[in-house]
Amino acid sequence: MSFDTLLVANRGEIARRIIRSAHAMGIRCVAVYVDADVDAPFVRDADEAVRLDSGYLDGDAVLEAARATGAGAIHPGYGFLSENAGFARAVTAAGIAWVGPSPEAIEQMGDKIAAKALAEKAQVPTLPGSEDPGAADAVGYPLLVKAAAGGGGKGMRIVSEPGQLEESLAAARREALGGFGDDRVFLERYVSRARHIEIQILGDGHGEVVHLGERECSIQRRHQKILEESPSPRVDAALRDAMGEAALRLARELGYQSAGTVEFLLDDDSGEFFFLEVNTRLQVEHPVTEMVTGIDLVREQLRIAAGEPLGYGQSDIRFEGSAIEARLYAEDPSNDFLPAIGTLVAFAPAIDPPVRWDSGVVEGSVIGTDFDPMLAKVIAHAPTRSEAAGRLALALSRTHLGGVVTNRDFLVHTLRTPEFLAGDTTTDFIERVGPARRLEPGDAERTLLARVAALFVQACNRREARVWADMPSGWRNARLPDQKLVLEEGDSTETVQYHSLRDGRFRFPDGTTARVHEAGADAIDVEIGGRRVRARVRRAGDQLVVHGPHGDLTFTELPRFVLPGSEETEGGFVAKMPGKIIQLGVAFGDRVAAGDLFLVLEAMKMEHPMRATEAGVVREVRVAEGDQVEAGTLLLVVEPEASSD
Amino acid sequence: MLHPFAVGNIDCFELPYLLPVVNRASADRNVTTSGNAMQPALLAPPLRSSLDARSPEFAENRDAMLKKLEEIGALLDEAELGGGAYHHERLAKRGKLPVRERIALALDPDSPFLEISPLAAYNSSYTIGGGAVIGIGIIAGVECVIFANDPTVLGGALTPYVGKKWMRALEIARDNRIPYVSFVESAGADLRRSGGGGSKKDGDEPTAGGARIDHFAETGRFFYEMIELSKLEIPTVCVAFGSSTAGGAYQPGMSDYNVVIKQQSKIFLAGPPLVKMATGEDSDDETLGGAQMHAEVSGLGEYLAEDEADSLRLCREIVSHLNWRKPGPEASLRADPPVLDPEELLGIIDPELRRPAEIRDVIGRVVDGSRFEEFKPRYGPTMVCGFASIHGYPVGILGNNGVIYPDSAEKAAHFIQLCNQIDTPLLFLQNLTGFIVGKDFEQAGMIKKGSQLINAVTNSEVPHLTVIVGASYGAGTYAMSGRAFNNRFTFIWPSAKIAVMGGKQIAGVMSIVRRGQAARKGEPFDEEADARIRAAVEEAQERGSVALEASGAISDDGIIDPRDTRTVLGMCLSVVRNKPVEGTDGYGVFRL
Repeated sequence: MSFDTLLVANRGEIARRIIRSAHAMGIRCVAVYVDADVDAPFVRDADEAVRLDSGYLDGDAVLEAARATGAGAIHPGYGFLSENAGFARAVTAAGIAWVGPSPEAIEQMGDKIAAKALAEKAQVPTLPGSEDPGAADAVGYPLLVKAAAGGGGKGMRIVSEPGQLEESLAAARREALGGFGDDRVFLERYVSRARHIEIQILGDGHGEVVHLGERECSIQRRHQKILEESPSPRVDAALRDAMGEAALRLARELGYQSAGTVEFLLDDDSGEFFFLEVNTRLQVEHPVTEMVTGIDLVREQLRIAAGEPLGYGQSDIRFEGSAIEARLYAEDPSNDFLPAIGTLVAFAPAIDPPVRWDSGVVEGSVIGTDFDPMLAKVIAHAPTRSEAAGRLALALSRTHLGGVVTNRDFLVHTLRTPEFLAGDTTTDFIERVGPARRLEPGDAERTLLARVAALFVQACNRREARVWADMPSGWRNARLPDQKLVLEEGDSTETVQYHSLRDGRFRFPDGTTARVHEAGADAIDVEIGGRRVRARVRRAGDQLVVHGPHGDLTFTELPRFVLPGSEETEGGFVAKMPGKIIQLGVAFGDRVAAGDLFLVLEAMKMEHPMRATEAGVVREVRVAEGDQVEAGTLLLVVEPEASSD
Repeated sequence: MLHPFAVGNIDCFELPYLLPVVNRASADRNVTTSGNAMQPALLAPPLRSSLDARSPEFAENRDAMLKKLEEIGALLDEAELGGGAYHHERLAKRGKLPVRERIALALDPDSPFLEISPLAAYNSSYTIGGGAVIGIGIIAGVECVIFANDPTVLGGALTPYVGKKWMRALEIARDNRIPYVSFVESAGADLRRSGGGGSKKDGDEPTAGGARIDHFAETGRFFYEMIELSKLEIPTVCVAFGSSTAGGAYQPGMSDYNVVIKQQSKIFLAGPPLVKMATGEDSDDETLGGAQMHAEVSGLGEYLAEDEADSLRLCREIVSHLNWRKPGPEASLRADPPVLDPEELLGIIDPELRRPAEIRDVIGRVVDGSRFEEFKPRYGPTMVCGFASIHGYPVGILGNNGVIYPDSAEKAAHFIQLCNQIDTPLLFLQNLTGFIVGKDFEQAGMIKKGSQLINAVTNSEVPHLTVIVGASYGAGTYAMSGRAFNNRFTFIWPSAKIAVMGGKQIAGVMSIVRRGQAARKGEPFDEEADARIRAAVEEAQERGSVALEASGAISDDGIIDPRDTRTVLGMCLSVVRNKPVEGTDGYGVFRL
């Protein structure tokens, strides 16, 4: 069943990734998009695009788009419709090739309880667990509450003692219902020093099933992966064979076709592994497997969907070197990894050292709350694991990035920790090792980059001058005070003062001088006190993203003049992130005590309660239930008890 | 390839993000020189230098110039302090900004500022700088002239120097049609001066030989001038930083826009003590002339500012709405830096002015690409005339190589007419010892030819800029568009000397006169005494003629570092374009 047009029923980096391989095979691509993605790069990458009214989950609309554009196949990517058996069935029924496993396999593996039963049947070891919340004691603590229909950490809770069970069950059910439309949950034993190891499988529907080795995805925050690699430093050839064989047994049991992933939990201490689930789709982290095997998984998926045999067997698979993938997220590691939004003011991936960038955004992209805040996946492939880690860290830190808070610096710090380099990567890595959450520049470094930023602004001012533009910057024939620019970086304030010298240099109050060698619209090449800094700089509004030797610092330019009445509201509570007010617990005039619930903000499908920090009286309520708010929005004003009557 | 199945394109990266392409031309804006290579240049070839930068003379000249610049630098530091540290501390205690801080905040960041007469009142009993700061700066992209009282100097009182600077600021606004911005904080008239005019004791007032030549009645001209600006559609913006009493009160009164500052501006015809004296009424500052009162009751203040910084924000907002458009054509020629090194301008002028300076060596280090198209080079060679551009603005240059002869005067008159015909501004580079004297030249009609030149200079209507680089003696000072000839700007080099003639010549002339008187009376001539007198006169004349004295008296717009000449002229050529640049339609009767 060959096809020359493929509809990609997904968005972002994975849509671009699929289009890239399809194009290489000579296949035309159709994208579908919603209003929030109207300017997204994947829409431009496609040969044709169809707007969806109701979102990416609307299977009927996607099928209609496929019919309208003459698409002979549909690739669902990951997430959205990728594990929707009903949709897969409808696609097949419409005479369109489904790039994925059979609807039956999806159905079977989509139900975690059924999947576990099948795994047991295929003699794949499984974790103790139960569908019955009452059987918690039999499963044993610590245990996990998981959504039966879930994935990706949503609707998942760790319960360390019986007292927490009820509350966790309720929350997991609520999230499961919101996320998957199915509130069934189950219990499972929790392995404390665990690694997340998964086996990539590939089946051609002609009886050939191979595995492409393992991926380790142990480093997670909020139960979501951020660093993935292949091979795993904990898996040796024997273990690889054992796990691969187990995965293949299950795959054969399923008659598996297309790409899939069998996830295992590996007890780091004992080396035992337990079946977790099968992901009947392409995984986010598939590139590391591609890098070490040289096999383009999207290409294989498309070939299989077209009915071609794999043409090779397990003994043909070779593994070369080590590949590590980092997921670059718009999120704030210093604020519990909460999602961040904004405009990607600066985004210039490093081209040296060479790494693979699978990204769904470009400079200027607006990162909103509609979708997962992943910006890009960055994959380094090198002969050794430590080289791959170093290369990835360097490529990340050499990337000019700003406008939105990201986990980049955290990823760099993580990749540079001795623990990571030693392969000591269990699922509790972040809590246990605690890599620095953000770039903490020294004072000297911050001052240097503040000066770079100020001189960049200076160059912009001169370039934009309407009169006397040709004259030397800040020229004086007598005495006037120095030029002054006040910049904020995090909690620090840098006041940069300088005056120009006859020879074109600038002099700072401490006697240091600077010479601007070149200054353009987005970069400056400057020598300050003998240190040459060639920095990319992006200026948007009052933000200055300066890419220095160790990464980016984002400075906020304080205005020269403060508008009267623009001071912050005292006692005001602002939204720390964008989201929706799902519950409002107070009203005007209410007396509150410390710890009382003000409201619950839902952001990225997670609930974030906001509570009173001290006793007081609610003087203003600016929001109502159901309101969508931006980060920084003033929600309510509370007058502290002490000052109220 | 190691992999048997590596047929996909997974090794390709995202679209390569190229390293930023840095704009070299814009980077160069940080240094003195720049140039848009796309603009056409004058076709004339660059001048060749006659200067030997390795000669001992050059080194001597340069050393002397640097020494003078150092002295001037020290004086500028002194002027910056205004009324001194004590008064600055008092100002700071009241949360007020020093005058130069006010100006810096008003200006566009990183824009240049051309201060006018920063060393006013040099060598007088008044504070150097003269108690006010004036200059041309960029506010919201508009060239404005700023007049700012320095409250640390006699409370900003109206001294003769403040008055002269104020008049000059008003003149710059009117002649060049640029908005006038005043930062007023003035105690009013200097009450230490007696009722009518200046006291004789103070020799620093603009008096001649102790004569009383200024009077209270004349100072009303300021008001007239300010009102006239408004009528000429030149907006006037006033920020009242403190007391504006009596005469000072009319500064906001005569302005188009007033910004008043809460708890700070005090604008009244008479303060509480004088009101008490005049009418017996008890009053206080705020009700009599406070900012809030003027903003809410009297209506004198259009904009009420929270504090000083806020008033400067409002001032900038006002200028930004002026819808300011420059009628003069913008720079249209290539503005590349001179090929000859401007640093060498330091070594051209002999400090004693004994060795003649070649004016082409100056021109070649000031004009774009050192390009100079000389006009009539072989005729009247002591007057160098020619076409060039400075920062892209076309300009006709007249420079002296010594004495003006009848033919050089005639050539200059011709050249001035040509520049008026093509609406090209004129630059006069004064480097002359006067008109030639002697039988042959009187008979050749020196007076007639000199008058032709003065006629042409007087009636020329293109903007004139004058830089005195060396000697500027006698009627030559006038003929080369000196200060008295309504030129737009006059700057002098530290090496300049301005007088009716050289000190030696004056001393000699006076000695000859004395000798003649003695002879007529039949008295013996005391050679020894004569030598003493000659030396004293020469010394006094020399001292009086130096650049600092001239600049101290505000008889020019200030001393500039020779290396800044190109920058200063470029700014002035831009400023003059706020008014159409048009040559004259007619002249007076030329005495031919």
